[in-house]
Amino acid sequence: MPLLQLTSASKSFSGHSILRDIDLTVEEGDFVSIIGYSGTGKTTLISLLAGLLKPTTGQAMMEGKPITGPGPERGIVFQNYSLLPWLTVEENIHLAVDQVFPEKSAAERKEHVATYIDMVKLTHASTKLPKELSGGMRQRVSVARALAMQPRVLLLDEPLSALDALTRATLQDEISDIWLKTRTTVIWVTNDPDEAILLADRVIPLLPKKDGATLGAAMSVPIERPRERREIDQDPIFKKLRHDLVSTLLSARKQQEASSVTRKLAVPDILPEDLTVIDTVKRSARSGPLRRSQLQKEEFKITVP
Amino acid sequence: MKLPGKLSLNAIFLPFLGVLLCIGGWALISGKSVTKTTTKDDGWGDMITVTETKRVGLSADLPAPSETWVASKPYIVEPFAKRGELDQGILRFTWLSLKLVVQGYLLALLIGTPIGFLLGLSRNFTLAFDPIIQILRPVSPLAWLPLGMVMFSGLKIADASGRTAFGTSDAAALFTIAICAMWPTVLNTAVGVRAVPQDYLNVAKVLKLSRFKTLTKILIPSSLPYMFTGFRLSLGIAWLVIVAVEMLIGKPGIGGFLWQQYNANSFAHIILSIITIGLIGFILDRLMSLAESRFRTA
Repeated sequence: MPLLQLTSASKSFSGHSILRDIDLTVEEGDFVSIIGYSGTGKTTLISLLAGLLKPTTGQAMMEGKPITGPGPERGIVFQNYSLLPWLTVEENIHLAVDQVFPEKSAAERKEHVATYIDMVKLTHASTKLPKELSGGMRQRVSVARALAMQPRVLLLDEPLSALDALTRATLQDEISDIWLKTRTTVIWVTNDPDEAILLADRVIPLLPKKDGATLGAAMSVPIERPRERREIDQDPIFKKLRHDLVSTLLSARKQQEASSVTRKLAVPDILPEDLTVIDTVKRSARSGPLRRSQLQKEEFKITVP
Repeated sequence: MKLPGKLSLNAIFLPFLGVLLCIGGWALISGKSVTKTTTKDDGWGDMITVTETKRVGLSADLPAPSETWVASKPYIVEPFAKRGELDQGILRFTWLSLKLVVQGYLLALLIGTPIGFLLGLSRNFTLAFDPIIQILRPVSPLAWLPLGMVMFSGLKIADASGRTAFGTSDAAALFTIAICAMWPTVLNTAVGVRAVPQDYLNVAKVLKLSRFKTLTKILIPSSLPYMFTGFRLSLGIAWLVIVAVEMLIGKPGIGGFLWQQYNANSFAHIILSIITIGLIGFILDRLMSLAESRFRTA
């Protein structure tokens, strides 16, 4: 039985369709990456999996049971970290651990928190508030919090998009290392093809369409782990995957643009009257307002998606 | 390097100048006593000397700054003296007023904060009670006090010696302060609760926090800065209301003192009271701002 499953799911907001015909199956231990342009509904997709949103049609299921709401068995890492600013690093993670493992003793929970802070190499900053940390450090706290809940599946919504390129690379490596150790199921949403291929076992493009985005064909990444960042971009498999992925995304965008309607819009073309001209003879002789179309031919083209 | 020095000099000098200008303006429009001695025929053939004291000036009865100082001196140099129930040092009066304000203010917070939370959390509660709050909010303390007197008429809690320790007028005073002062707390708390970012609520959802834990771990810390702004505004209003309340019920305190001195024609003490009320209000506001800035989170 698949761990997570979306079957012909769609989501629309007030009649406007965002996602449609989404079929996704994630098995235990998978590292799946979903890649798409910004604004195509990636966050909506991950919210469906998390249970923060319900599909308009179709079903979201975890181990064969419908997902009714969010829960600690599906840990989420958001792009904007969503740490509680009034709690220190330690307290942020403690809140999650206390909630998920109420049966453990206080000492055990403290130990547990320390383990996960150590895993993301933040032991030195454990008593700091989020505002005292850099973006990369905050996201590491967020990852630690999600991992500390020992979720069945980790959902990451563009976790590294807000970070600079160097920090992003470091964090990709760190998270990759952690994954090799823990082998938690991961669904990683991103807009960076390199990141997707570097990290995931399976990359699925989310393709924008006229009436809601759909998932494209999955591409598996048969590159051995651990993957070496400096060598991977010379790897012919990596190059081919990257090329295929980018062209799939680009052609989807082109099709979307081509399928959108081009309409002519009639813009009011009455020209303003020049009131500084005090020529009563001319004024009394005029037959109506002057129109722009009388001066020159003009056409406005707009694209409606 | 020159600019900061110049700025700080201005920062000290200009406030003084401002105060001096105001006192100057006050001196200009205030009246002064003029004693005129005339010798005239008393109608019986005898010449008598008549001494007349008249006040002249733009606002003849307004005491001049110097007169105010002379008349106020006993109240300022012995701020804690108690010469009688209605003749006490100015800080003693202030202390009496502050005690009443603090009681009413705490009552306002105790009632206002939960109402604010309900307004912020429940759409239906807002729909039901927001109109009535908007109508009651602008009502003046002068209007609430008589209602309080009616509501608590007959209330009498006696102390050991049989004197009234807490009577109708005390209850009415507390009621008036509380009901006037609670609105900023109510509204700011509601805004603060509504402004809790969805991200934090998502955290609560993912962790499956209980309602109580969501309140204590997420909602209260997140809306605390807003609540404190409300608390500060409420304290300002509570202090504003106390004067009116004391004037009406005749309790000893800074407002009661002001009204009594007006009736006793010692106008200088009115000015003393006004300055004291202003200063205390200012200090209270500063103290609350300090507390507020400590609770501000990122």
